[in-house]
Amino acid sequence: MLELKDVSLTVEDGSEILKNVNLKVDDGKFVVITGPNGGGKSTLARVIAGVRQPTSGEIFLDDLDISHKSITERAKAGISFAFQQPVRFKGLTVHDLLNLASTDGFISKSEACKYLSSVGMCANDYIDRELNDSLSGGEIKRIEIASVLIRETKISIFDEPEAGIDLWSFSNLIDVFNDMYKKIKGSIIIISHQERILNIADEIIVMSKGEIINQGPKDAILPSLLANSVPTSPNKTCPKQEVHL
Amino acid sequence: MNDIAQELLRQVTGLEKLPDSAFNIRENSKGAGRKVTENIDIVTKEDQSGIDIIVKPNTLNDKVYIPALVTCSGVHDQVYNDFFIGENADVTIIAGCGVSTDGCDGSEHSGIHRFFLKPGSKVKYIEKHIGFGSGTGKRIINPETYCELEENSTLEMETSQIRGVDSTIRTSKAVLGPGASLIINEKLMTHGDQYAESQFEVEMNGAKSSCKLSSRAVARDNSKQLFVSKISGNAECAGHSECDAIIMDHAVVSSTPEITANSIDAQLIHEAAIGKIAGEQLIKLMTLGLTEAEAEEQIINGFLN
Repeated sequence: MLELKDVSLTVEDGSEILKNVNLKVDDGKFVVITGPNGGGKSTLARVIAGVRQPTSGEIFLDDLDISHKSITERAKAGISFAFQQPVRFKGLTVHDLLNLASTDGFISKSEACKYLSSVGMCANDYIDRELNDSLSGGEIKRIEIASVLIRETKISIFDEPEAGIDLWSFSNLIDVFNDMYKKIKGSIIIISHQERILNIADEIIVMSKGEIINQGPKDAILPSLLANSVPTSPNKTCPKQEVHL
Repeated sequence: MNDIAQELLRQVTGLEKLPDSAFNIRENSKGAGRKVTENIDIVTKEDQSGIDIIVKPNTLNDKVYIPALVTCSGVHDQVYNDFFIGENADVTIIAGCGVSTDGCDGSEHSGIHRFFLKPGSKVKYIEKHIGFGSGTGKRIINPETYCELEENSTLEMETSQIRGVDSTIRTSKAVLGPGASLIINEKLMTHGDQYAESQFEVEMNGAKSSCKLSSRAVARDNSKQLFVSKISGNAECAGHSECDAIIMDHAVVSSTPEITANSIDAQLIHEAAIGKIAGEQLIKLMTLGLTEAEAEEQIINGFLN
């Protein structure tokens, strides 16, 4: 179980990016965090993974207090994180990255290909490719997702996995998360604006202005989100205040 | 051949034992072993220190090893090796130099290699330089490579120097005929107070000739590196020079490109990027469970792979 207690993050100019966030993600749950852009979703995910340090609050993974643990320690404790904008590496190949991601530090090409295929990639075309600028945004994104799938950790966090992925692959992506949910015992946390991803969630958390403004089972939250997403007159709509679905 | 020589040979060429193919091993300025084959002849020069390596026309998928080993301090070796590659031959040449010093005197090796590629021939040239030993004497390697590529010939050069060489000035010059192709991939890592300089100069004289020069370098500690590339396009041709360097600690890296189009049909590009390891790269690998030091090592190993 992942638990956040009163987690806040205030930056130098005094802006409160996260305000007293309290959150519990039980084992085996599929949780989607949604809400307007700039609402603190990605920051929350980064705080859980240890990429950003909160100003105050506590984070527990099961009974382990990971509040002050490093990124590495959290990764070893069972937290995986797929970045919204994956980084590129000159020289490292797709296979190298998947090797590093695997528990044993090595994964056979055939096994690695299985994970690449699951994210809609023709594995043989990619396994020896460098993770450099020659890969498209969608390709590097799918490799990023595969690098998290391979770890099979207690908590797998995906920051806007659909961003940059074409429609055909997006359909496969839903299948990937469904399969992952069935196979692994851990919990999945996805940050997303996509209705189809919200639809496969157990629970939905809505964040706005650094706070959790609503949370609960999908069936309780999704209808109101869909209702609120009906566009109003364009000249009265502020994109940052709209829940994108 | 003593243990040091065997270790240098292994590190420079990857050989655990003498190869079946042609070879010439030079140890401390003297010949330490040679084998010629039906297709590859090796002849000692009479006017200066060095050898001629003669590959017969139409030789296919053959190899020749030409390592130079310096196993002790106080050696100052200079050698002139010329490679004559016959028409339509396709060969791999494994060369390079290992220098080990165990005393306070330095050692130095300067290998001047000239390649003459006849039409349609193809050469893969693998050159590795390495230094080690407990001595305080400087290990210096100054290789010079000169290439003449005739019509439709191809030279692919992989050159690397990963550790242990205190000072190096690496000079590579090439003249390309019609349809000739030159590819140079350089991998370089310096540390401590080392200095490395790479000088590339390519003249593309023939129509539809091409060259691609690529250097990936890591500079650590207080080391210094200079990368200079000069490409002249004198006909319809394509040239690309690329220098990527990771800089760490207090190291200094300079890159000086010079591309000159003497023909309206010449297409020349130079790219250079110098910077430290990106924080996002470290963070990504740390989210996979690597420590920062492990992540750094993986990034560097991959970069120089």
